[in-house]
Amino acid sequence: MIAETLYAVLVGPFRDIVTGPLFFLEVLIGGIAAGLLYSLVALGFVLIYKASGVFNFAQGVMVLFAALTLVGLIERGVPVAVALLLTIAVMIVLAFAVERVVLRPLVNQAPIILFMATIGLNFFLEGLGEMVWGANVKKLDVGIPDESLKVAGVLVNKLEMTAAGTAAVLVAVLAVFFQRTRIGRALRAVADDHEAALSIGIPLKTIWVVVWSVAGIVAIAAGIMWGAKSGVQFSLSLIALKALPVLILGGFESVPGAIVGGLIIGVGEKIGEVYWGPLVGGAIENWFAYVLALAFLLVRPQGLFGEKIIERV
Amino acid sequence: MIYREAGQFKTTYAGDQAVFPIVQDRVVVALAIVAAFVVPPVLAGEYWLQAVLIPFLVYAMAALGLNILTGYAGQLSLGTGGFMAVGGYAAFKLATAWPGLNVLVAFLFGGLMAAGIGLVFGIPSLRIKGFYLAVATLAAQFFLIWLFNRVAWFSNYAPSGTITAPDREVLGVLVTGPNSTAAVRYVVALAFVVVFAAVAKNLVRGRIGRAWMAIRDRDIAAEIIGVHPLRTKLLAFGISSFFCGVAGAELVFLYLGSAETLAFDINQSFLVLFMIIIGGLGSILGSLLGAGFIVLVPIFLTNVPHWMGLSMSVALQKQIEVMIFGGLILAFLIVEPHGLARLWQISKEKLRLWPFPH
Repeated sequence: MIAETLYAVLVGPFRDIVTGPLFFLEVLIGGIAAGLLYSLVALGFVLIYKASGVFNFAQGVMVLFAALTLVGLIERGVPVAVALLLTIAVMIVLAFAVERVVLRPLVNQAPIILFMATIGLNFFLEGLGEMVWGANVKKLDVGIPDESLKVAGVLVNKLEMTAAGTAAVLVAVLAVFFQRTRIGRALRAVADDHEAALSIGIPLKTIWVVVWSVAGIVAIAAGIMWGAKSGVQFSLSLIALKALPVLILGGFESVPGAIVGGLIIGVGEKIGEVYWGPLVGGAIENWFAYVLALAFLLVRPQGLFGEKIIERV
Repeated sequence: MIYREAGQFKTTYAGDQAVFPIVQDRVVVALAIVAAFVVPPVLAGEYWLQAVLIPFLVYAMAALGLNILTGYAGQLSLGTGGFMAVGGYAAFKLATAWPGLNVLVAFLFGGLMAAGIGLVFGIPSLRIKGFYLAVATLAAQFFLIWLFNRVAWFSNYAPSGTITAPDREVLGVLVTGPNSTAAVRYVVALAFVVVFAAVAKNLVRGRIGRAWMAIRDRDIAAEIIGVHPLRTKLLAFGISSFFCGVAGAELVFLYLGSAETLAFDINQSFLVLFMIIIGGLGSILGSLLGAGFIVLVPIFLTNVPHWMGLSMSVALQKQIEVMIFGGLILAFLIVEPHGLARLWQISKEKLRLWPFPH
């Protein structure tokens, strides 16, 4: 009995991997694609956390809100390009509103209070989005068919590949923005040290608006990709919960961490579900990522790329 | 005028350190407890007891537990729903496996089981801190809910996975189950809250509570002055989970009557967290006030359009409700980030000076 269990857990899955390399490759690619989508959501978290120290729980709802706005505009006959621009404008307005109404009055409060405020924002946006655009499931058609094709004997999903490509481009653009532009440099300065940044004349308020706007635009990208995959609906906001283990795995402050963390979680989750899931009755996706991240954390409490925690009395 | 301590001299250390050092406080609290036991069962209707007062008491219990962990010991947890589920299912298993047992013992057993599970999931807190810990506790939330969904043994192989509170008597009075009256369930829930609020208050003002607060304020400094971090943190997790477990058992047995894992999902964790933040972190009274606030607001929001004679579709109303709820939380945090307990403290100070504020 024990030997059988051990065999099923420790040997069986690996035997399956070795005997079916093509299938394993498909699982791997599926995992990478899903992981990049997680990364897109996690990226929004990281940007805001780095620049303002706020753990923005509303990022998931921002994804939903952006997708709802985009689909709602397209449904009302607005051309896609114009709708996209309008959605970006809406997200920027939202960033201004958040800075003015939520962040400014709560400056200098404990992090947990700000965290709570973003959960309040989460509810508010959820209600607002569904009130304005309706709560029914909407189809977002971006012109990429959700179908698979065979590349060198391996099934690849077109949509997932496009999403992966978009994520890669977005990350590259963000990297350039952070490293090469004036605002990007200011953002990094704020992330390093709020007070020092203030004292050399970087306007914190502007920076916060910029960061929330960028996070909003990242949310649009994530919303389009997830929306095209599974329809625009309320459950979209729940992917925020999927992005959390990605965050703690990669480290809250690290953009590369969000990407690598997303990939590890995506791949680990898929492989775990396919090869080990059946042993315990499946549906382990919900918690597997968390346990994986937890195991990592026990070794590195600040995540893979997070800043080393230095504690003083 | 009435509320002031002039003339009340403390001649012993015990008197100085009493929970309610002022006579008026003692009188008011004693009267309030007596009134709470007597008035609602006699006067309040079934609706008020079932929809307002019982959920308030159940959530107050959970909020007390989370406030011990988050407010006093400073360990942010999002696993409350999971620990409540442990309490609910453990109490259900014991009560159905042993029908002759006093059901209140089953509640405590649920609490103990939750405490054990809480200890296990508290172990990472030794290495992980702050928001990293919060996310790590989500692992408990999702894993436990998945476990109760997946293993049919926990729900006694019910095909729907629903657990239903059986009819059980205490001292000849039907306390739980579909045939029990709301008034009796209210009194039981109230008794639990009164007893455990007193326990919590005395825990946090003693040596243990001081150790928790030292860990919360600066854990390394606390370690240096001789507070054992492992013991202190795990104790906080265990006791907090005990409270949450009892609350979970109450949720099934006294409030809902029957429940599935959905009743313990992540929203429950957030709800309880809202309660302690709106009520006041690190305050026993705050836990109760916060629970009252969060239970009352949705009921209020549901009924306002009705009172104003507005009619709108159910879906639209639900969305507006969610929106206003979020907005209220934001507004509340901006106006008073330290919660209702702080407001109460301020008004008490004012009351002491009234009517001569200068």
